[in-house]
Amino acid sequence: MDPDTSIGGHRDRFPETRRSALIDIQSDVASLRDGAREAFIAAYWKPIYKYIRIRWKQSNEDAKDLTQAFFARALEKEFFAAYDPARAGFRTYLRTCLDGFVSNEQKSDRRLKRGGDALFVSLDFETADGEIRQHEIPAGQSPEEYFHQEWVRGIFAIAVDALRRECDERGKLTAFRLFERYDLEPHSDETPRYDDLAREFEIAATTVTNHLAAMRRRFRQIVLETLRENTVGENEFRTEARAVLGIEA
Amino acid sequence: MEWLSDAVIHHLRDVISQPELSATRYELLEPIGRGGMGAVYAVRDRELDRRVALKVLSVPETSSHEAARMTEEARILARLEHPGIVPVHDMGTLPDGRIFYVMKLVDGTRLDQYAQTNPPLPDLLRVFSRICEPIAFAHSQGIIHRDLKPENIMVGRFGEVLVLDWGVAKIVGKARPSTQFQAGERSQTASGTVIGTESYMAPEQAAGASDQVDARSDVYALGMTLRALLANRAIPRRLDAICRKAAATEPAGRYATVLELAADLERYLNHEPVAAHRETIPERVSRLVLRNKALVVLVLAYLAMRALLFLFTRR
Repeated sequence: MDPDTSIGGHRDRFPETRRSALIDIQSDVASLRDGAREAFIAAYWKPIYKYIRIRWKQSNEDAKDLTQAFFARALEKEFFAAYDPARAGFRTYLRTCLDGFVSNEQKSDRRLKRGGDALFVSLDFETADGEIRQHEIPAGQSPEEYFHQEWVRGIFAIAVDALRRECDERGKLTAFRLFERYDLEPHSDETPRYDDLAREFEIAATTVTNHLAAMRRRFRQIVLETLRENTVGENEFRTEARAVLGIEA
Repeated sequence: MEWLSDAVIHHLRDVISQPELSATRYELLEPIGRGGMGAVYAVRDRELDRRVALKVLSVPETSSHEAARMTEEARILARLEHPGIVPVHDMGTLPDGRIFYVMKLVDGTRLDQYAQTNPPLPDLLRVFSRICEPIAFAHSQGIIHRDLKPENIMVGRFGEVLVLDWGVAKIVGKARPSTQFQAGERSQTASGTVIGTESYMAPEQAAGASDQVDARSDVYALGMTLRALLANRAIPRRLDAICRKAAATEPAGRYATVLELAADLERYLNHEPVAAHRETIPERVSRLVLRNKALVVLVLAYLAMRALLFLFTRR
């Protein structure tokens, strides 16, 4: 393996010891708990916000408040303690709880006071709102499918960000830029070939191949690590891995 | 966090699902198919300079149920050396941690697609008969396929057949080999587990009664496969009886072995009495006429000539 194109070491494997954020979030150790909260919110805030907008037809402002309030509720220990992996996947459990939460809010006609709920992390709602406006929901797609699709999109986006950070830290930005040019832009007739990229980046075509292979390998690992972090147990991890990789179970 | 379009996500899924073949002797060519456990790709074996098929798990787990199943499938295939069963060349773990095995790349048509080309009935039945041979061989080795269906059978250019997808096969009887192998087998076939494809699955298999699954369960699946191949055709009564006997609800009502099914089909093709059907006198006459077509034509020609001669000499 070309050491210049190797990220994560030679013959690096998927780390099976990656911790589940859904377990750590209940930890009494503050550092573990805080990291897990951050990972949980990063993976779920956008699908939750968008789901509330689409499924519950809430305005941008109300959806923002409901999202924050739901996280405030979800981050209580009881929420995670009540989750039973034997009964359903976490994503299904979360969505069911979210439906119940929004429904109760509506029934009680309790308007959440804007800004009255704790804000845990700064969430870029304006961007999420823009995405809803710019990208039409495919006809016939159910809210559940939409939630799943946005969750997958979120997992991939987290992995892209993590890969970018990692490449930046390790001085591998050329490899990342190649990945960005070839794999993160929609393919069309104008998509550059490996030869074109070699000329553009002033490197050999074989280096383009090696860089892209290394980036894709690491990207796959990060996607699976993120999934491991957001699932409880092997069965759920494998089910979600299949769902994210687009393989029918 | 940037927004990734559906097209980009689709592309990323494709590229990250591809097997990591660096530091192996294989070079990726193209995807062939995807299933519940993983995917199959056409790859080139650089050392032997030939195209082969590589089946790889979707998830890098070496201790999972799927990993055990794939390992078991490869080992079963390695044991079943028969021209009608796809041979395994290699097995291992890829640099990305996923279990894989390499097998012959089959050049042919799926049986259901072959049937759609509307071949003459005797040709179709002879191809079907050839499926029975590798299955009978597997049974003799104590292995039940458990997922026989047209989609899992390939027909080559010269009418040869290859039975694929032994991922849910069950080992029975004396054939149980090493301890490791048995552990995998138990995990798959624990009582109550339903494995296979519903429309081709024997009732005892569908009920999850894995201890009752035996060679006759494969006979049932073959009966259903034959029926599927004959869809959209007028099925002669004797042939219909063969289908019904093979796919009888009760195992005791079926052919006891796949070879018995093949033999009855052979008798049908040779216009001989079949075990599955008690024929009436007109049916017997009709069958004997078909069986001795040349003789009947000769006799009729002879009689016609004698009749003409008789009429001519009387004038």
